[in-house]
Amino acid sequence: MSEPAAAVRLTYREAARQGLRAALASDPRVFLMGEDVGRYGGCYAVTKGLLQEFGPERVRDTPLSESAFVGAGIGAAIAGMRPIVEIMTVNFSLLALDQILNNAATLCHMSGGQVNVPLVIRMATGAGRQLAAQHSHSLEGWYAHIPGLRVVAPGTIDDARFMLGAALACPDPVLLFEHIVLYNMEGELTAGLASADIDHAAIRRAGRDVVLMTYGGSLHKCLAAAAALASEGIEAEVLDLRTLRPLDDAAIMDSVRRTHRVVIVDEGWRSGSVAAEVTTRIVEQAFYDLDAPVARVCTAEVPIPYPKHLEDAALPSPERIRETVQRLLARGGAS
Amino acid sequence: MNPAAQPPVTRERALVLLRDMLRIRCFEDRCVQLYGELKIRGFLHLCNGEEAVAVGAMQALQAGDAVVSTYREHGHALARGLAMGPLMAELYGKQNGTSRGRGGSMHIFDAASRFYGGNAIVGGGLPVAIGIALAQKLQHGSGITACFFGDGAVAEGEFHESLNLAALWGLPVLFLCENNLYAMGTAVALVESQTDIASKASAYQVASRAVDGMDVFAVADAATQAAAQVRAGKGPAFLELRTYRFRGHSMFDAQLYRDKAEIEAWQKKGPIITLTTRLKGLGLMNEDDYQRLEREARAEVESAVAFAERGEWEPVAQLERFVYAERPQ
Repeated sequence: MSEPAAAVRLTYREAARQGLRAALASDPRVFLMGEDVGRYGGCYAVTKGLLQEFGPERVRDTPLSESAFVGAGIGAAIAGMRPIVEIMTVNFSLLALDQILNNAATLCHMSGGQVNVPLVIRMATGAGRQLAAQHSHSLEGWYAHIPGLRVVAPGTIDDARFMLGAALACPDPVLLFEHIVLYNMEGELTAGLASADIDHAAIRRAGRDVVLMTYGGSLHKCLAAAAALASEGIEAEVLDLRTLRPLDDAAIMDSVRRTHRVVIVDEGWRSGSVAAEVTTRIVEQAFYDLDAPVARVCTAEVPIPYPKHLEDAALPSPERIRETVQRLLARGGAS
Repeated sequence: MNPAAQPPVTRERALVLLRDMLRIRCFEDRCVQLYGELKIRGFLHLCNGEEAVAVGAMQALQAGDAVVSTYREHGHALARGLAMGPLMAELYGKQNGTSRGRGGSMHIFDAASRFYGGNAIVGGGLPVAIGIALAQKLQHGSGITACFFGDGAVAEGEFHESLNLAALWGLPVLFLCENNLYAMGTAVALVESQTDIASKASAYQVASRAVDGMDVFAVADAATQAAAQVRAGKGPAFLELRTYRFRGHSMFDAQLYRDKAEIEAWQKKGPIITLTTRLKGLGLMNEDDYQRLEREARAEVESAVAFAERGEWEPVAQLERFVYAERPQ
């Protein structure tokens, strides 16, 4: 009897690269462009080797012209290609905001449905590497504010591998956020998996006492907090939102109805955040299922400082999540 | 440029160009009335005086080419061949408009003729145009992309980023800078350290020249020649088309920034009046011909108005349609 096939262990970075390679190999309309995606191999080494494999027509180094190459992605998408634009980090996406908001998100509606934009924009996001205020933004929530865009945040190895393909199959602009602290994360690719669902949230851990709702880089902080809470006898469900626009209201409310207590963990600043939106929806749709007020663990409302102790203090952490859950349960009484 | 390469000025060709310019002029003049009657709302930017740019440039384009335009695009759309009725209906905001009324005057689209707007952010169309051209290059077709923008766009970063990228990648783009001397109310000389716009394109290694944008033949010939270069795979080309806007920037413009004498002087150089005078002088046209063309244009505009008037309003129940692409059921 032969051994079962060894599970494939790889990093999030390698999973993302496999996703890109598969997309380039399977569809001649797909091409990749961005700053340093070719010869350099990508700022976070995600695209390493792709230039050699697919050539400079399909793996295109661009000038530092975010507006032009994002706009060029929009133009190429409406003219029949399936571009993947890499913006090195979300911080630089601000230089392309006009193209993302005024063109990618509006063309379909402004044209009465004549012109849709099947474009994927990948970008690295988040803090945690002591990169200071201009290189540590988490602006997924900003983009999730915009009708016409889809916003996805792969938080697992499987999603890093397969969300790109699902995004490319979508006829609309999809912004795909990869958290910088996840690139080195190792894990196993689920055997037999061939696609990712970008329409639904996913329960990453079952639990009856409280639900931690989160996405992206904060997913693993929530899983760590849940593991620690389990040792205290508190069972926390972890709901990975995965897609921030459109939000999976049904999954969110199901979790509320199962656990009756909610902590939302979001690396964005609290005011006007994804966490704020999810909270509001819960209040609107499942208020009477709550046994305690919705709690949030977000980033402190400061530009991210450089020194490690201050950066750590600014960001959500497993400890803060755990303490928040403990307070919530203490206040709400026994479940 | 070799003058011998220019097509001769024949009566047939001249009357087509004059007719197309008159269609635009009559359309725009009727829009002024309709705006006063509150039939057309929002921002309305008219292109009176700039008709030779639209009509001349379109002579260079073929069916498979793409066009990216600005918020002052009625002329471009008509010259590209969009039907006047749906265009007027779009200005009304009616369901039988080009974008089902959702775009309005500044956002005219027609996928069938590859007319991709109608962009109301100055400079915002240039990156999209180079992207369409990139697709054309990657698809190995013969299509090119014509990208209209005004002198105001030259001050935007997107202009510089796009020219650099188009030249760097040898993309089939025909950049058409409609220099009407004013970015809204600010004269070019007040905002540009270098007012020779064509020279800016040259700095990016884009073949460029300045053309009299009031002479429809000059525009058509320059555009045809430039488009042939682009189509031949020689990379982008750039034309600065020197023209003038007879009306205000929009319907809200009191025109405090320029005097009447300047406007009157330019009106004497207008593309329709100069072509008419020239053709009459050459014996290629008489006053009856002109009257007939103008009558036909006005009749077409009235049909377009009737079409718009007949149109329905998009039901409010459909408000949230087209935010995302509608997949086939």
